[in-house]
Amino acid sequence: MNQAVNKLTIKDYTSDQEVRWCPGCGDYAILKTIQKLMPEFDRPKENQVFVSGIGCSSRFPYYMNTYGFHTIHGRAPSIATGVKLANPELDVWVITGDGDALSIGGNHTMHALRRNVNLNILLFNNEIYGLTKGQYSPTSKVGTRSPSTPQGSIDLPLSPCAVALGSGAAFVARSIDTEMKHLSSVIKQAHAHEGASFVEILQNCPIYNDGIFENVKDKKIAADFRIEIEHGKALIFGKENNKGIRLNKETLTLEVVTIGEDCPLEDVLVHDQTNKALANLIGEMGGDEFPVAVGVIYHNPKPNYVDDLFIQREQLRQGKESGNLNTLLRSGHTWEVV
Amino acid sequence: MDAKTEQHQNIVVRFAGDSGDGMQLTGTNFTLATALHGNNLSTFPDFPAEIRAPVGATFGVSAFQIYFGSEDVTTAGDEVEVLVAMNPAALITNLKYLIPGGMVIVDTGAFNDKNLAKAKYLSNPLDDGTLDAYRVLAIDIHSQVITAVEEFGLSHKMALRCKNMWTLGLVFWLFDRDKQSTIDGLKAKFANKPDIANANIAALNAGNAYAETAELPSGIAIYKVPKAHQIPGTYRNMNGTTALAWGLLAGGKLANLGILFASYPITPASNLLHALAARKDYDVITFQAEDEIAAVCAAIGASFAGSLGVTSSAGPGIALKQEAISLAVSAELPLVVVNTQRGGPSTGLPTKTEQSDLLQAIYGRHGDTPLPVVASSHPGDCFDTAIEAMRLATKYMTPVMLLSDGYIANASEPWLIPDFDNYEPFPVTFHDKTEGFTPSLRDAQTLARVWAKPGTVGLEHRIGGIEKSYDTGDISYDPDNHQKMTDTRKAKIDNIAADIPLQEVHLGGSSGKLAVVGWGSTYGAIHQAVKRSIRQGFSVAHIHIRHMWPLPANLQELLAGYDNILVPEMNTGQLVKIIRSEFLIDAKALNKVSGQPFKISEIERAIKSEITK
Ligand SMILES: Cc1ncc(C[n+]2csc(CCOP(=O)(O)OP(=O)(O)O)c2C)c(N)n1
Ligand code: SF4
Ligand SMILES: [Mg+2]
Repeated sequence: MNQAVNKLTIKDYTSDQEVRWCPGCGDYAILKTIQKLMPEFDRPKENQVFVSGIGCSSRFPYYMNTYGFHTIHGRAPSIATGVKLANPELDVWVITGDGDALSIGGNHTMHALRRNVNLNILLFNNEIYGLTKGQYSPTSKVGTRSPSTPQGSIDLPLSPCAVALGSGAAFVARSIDTEMKHLSSVIKQAHAHEGASFVEILQNCPIYNDGIFENVKDKKIAADFRIEIEHGKALIFGKENNKGIRLNKETLTLEVVTIGEDCPLEDVLVHDQTNKALANLIGEMGGDEFPVAVGVIYHNPKPNYVDDLFIQREQLRQGKESGNLNTLLRSGHTWEVV
Repeated sequence: MDAKTEQHQNIVVRFAGDSGDGMQLTGTNFTLATALHGNNLSTFPDFPAEIRAPVGATFGVSAFQIYFGSEDVTTAGDEVEVLVAMNPAALITNLKYLIPGGMVIVDTGAFNDKNLAKAKYLSNPLDDGTLDAYRVLAIDIHSQVITAVEEFGLSHKMALRCKNMWTLGLVFWLFDRDKQSTIDGLKAKFANKPDIANANIAALNAGNAYAETAELPSGIAIYKVPKAHQIPGTYRNMNGTTALAWGLLAGGKLANLGILFASYPITPASNLLHALAARKDYDVITFQAEDEIAAVCAAIGASFAGSLGVTSSAGPGIALKQEAISLAVSAELPLVVVNTQRGGPSTGLPTKTEQSDLLQAIYGRHGDTPLPVVASSHPGDCFDTAIEAMRLATKYMTPVMLLSDGYIANASEPWLIPDFDNYEPFPVTFHDKTEGFTPSLRDAQTLARVWAKPGTVGLEHRIGGIEKSYDTGDISYDPDNHQKMTDTRKAKIDNIAADIPLQEVHLGGSSGKLAVVGWGSTYGAIHQAVKRSIRQGFSVAHIHIRHMWPLPANLQELLAGYDNILVPEMNTGQLVKIIRSEFLIDAKALNKVSGQPFKISEIERAIKSEITK
């Protein structure tokens, strides 16, 4: 790697544009984390491309001193796919929101993941439509009061990680806006993954949905409400580090146990990030009963679209004189008129 | 057999049968033999929307029409002189096209009670007087074929599949065509199934021999169609889809760019995706997206990254793409959008032709989003219009709409193959100088924004759909800046009028009583109608527009030279509306939206009534 690349700092990745999110918005913390992380990738800055849709979160590319494209609502995965197909050398990032990726752009998110296009998709989930002033979103909890649901929302939310797993994503992770170390580690692993990686970032919107992630963020109580998962490590959490997650092998469901009380340590589930069935269960944890899992929920590489496309093309071109238009125009049946 | 012969300068033949009867294959083979014979020709495949309609049903009838002869042939012809009807359903749905005295060839083996009932014939048209006005060649092709292919031991069903080749053999004899090209084609097509190839060839030969030796009824003649005077050179049969696909590859080459072609299947546009998917040995990547929106967005992403993004669809899919096309207008990125128009609205008539998306092309989208629109007028023309669309897109950093239609896409014509070395290259230069760089830099003359692609050191920048400062390219909500940017985007497109050829008159004088002004696939019918009218002494001219937006710089002045303007279109009046609003000229409309192309006679009649009124 060339020296100049190694010397880059957070400054090199910070654009000259004034950041315009509301004071206290979780997006600031995410931006800082990523700007700081970029030099560590040791990749040419000019090869970094941030593509976003529309939403508060989608303003992100303006603040990165890289190539960036702020596109249209919901379509960032498609535009990013085109960027990657045109130049596979580029590191392509997709910045999206819960509305952008899962309402209007649900179809594209699903298919980018299914195809396994080599993109790093970061979904800023604030469980609300921030930019349009606070309507409920497809991830809002039932009962969310918003300008469009003054009596509280009645439709059930979906879990972004469950959607990603269901779409066939080979890398699915979750992290938290203000947890710089954790978020960095997760994004690093996402970046290293060859294929589409999906990271849900729990993001606080202090204006329209303040405090919804307080339980998992507040240092005083978070230990009881979130569980940091790691491949090969037992699923243990709690202030006293004495709670665990066990798989009930009869019902094939998870249960919270107290280690040493109703469950020996050996019976606590050990996280296997290559196990899709477990990933589905762990990814959906939350609510009143379970802690929210943060970390890499699933990672199991599979063939990726862009590599395969170019391999196929190379095979097709082998031994062929191609690119000559006059040859093409005269291929097949022709005849002479004299 | 000693048959009389009949001389024809031009003649129209129509093959009609069940979807499963192989009429398109029959037509294509007849076309090739006719081209090799030295005739000018034009074809029109007319097939149903249903993939596999029930056997014998009227809505499952598939037809292929060819017009050929010694004169210039630019349409698939109005009046069918020879109709091949493989079953009652084909007869009842196609007899209306046959002129009185024309010949109809029928397979009596298919005229059983069941098929007659499916076609809703109350009695058998072969013996109830229905065909009295025509010359009828009724042959039990069913049993002829069974005998002809007996030695190959095929099942009854497989044996009957050779009916179309038996019939083709007969028709070859009637028109004095060489069957060798079909024999070669069958051998190549069924290289791995020699039995099938041989059975089909045997059927073809048997049909041919039957015509030669059997006592054909009196009144059946051999048609002599003299060769056309053609420009010397190498020719091939070309349909609009292939011409467009190859034109895109050619345009990419001339621009020195790789192409990303992203599309979502839709009739009649899918064939373009298929054609390019088969050509990945050239500099094209094809991407079948999850919908039309994803397709246009992938194309835009590719253009941002330094390829040339192309997307293609028919009317309903183009409607879905419009929001993203507006982004490409705002971000000033090149993009080619191909619309192979079909009958609308909504699902409309997916396999039939129409020109009803002109207004969508020029005025669709949201906000003030001008962009160039180019229209192909015949199959071979698709090659050149595709190149032109790519030239404009890259030179002006703008999306371009390229209009074709279901007729052009499927029709074919002999094409004098050009020498690609004679095409003027228009290589793109990407910006690479860091000094003074902003993404808002513009070429002073074309007003095109710079193209700086990701991967270029030192040119990191952001673009997007929010209004941008004219000076820096940064987000700007400044009122005066928005006025300036809107004006600039419009001026950039308006300027293109100075970079496209002046409008020519295709036929007739540059002033006179009437100009017939067309665009797209009505070219052939208008051309013939105007030609016939001129022969009859009328003062009429044919003007056919390729650059639909911006319009050629001299068009207004040119049109002012005629007393009257007639605009035939396969819609309810779209170009006529533009001419009226842009030029304040009292142009008249002639409209047809039946899913069928104009007949020459329909336009001829309108010309006469317009001039003599
Ligand atoms: C086609 C279209 N429809 C609607 C909108 C309006 N709109 C902009 S952002 C948005 C929702 C954004 O929510 P989310 O993706 O969660 O982003 P956030 O602002 O919360 O970060 C909507 C509905 C739009 N810009 N374009
Ligand atoms: S509305 Fe919410 S999400 Fe949007 S910038 Fe403000 S705080 Fe952030
Ligand atoms: Mg949101």
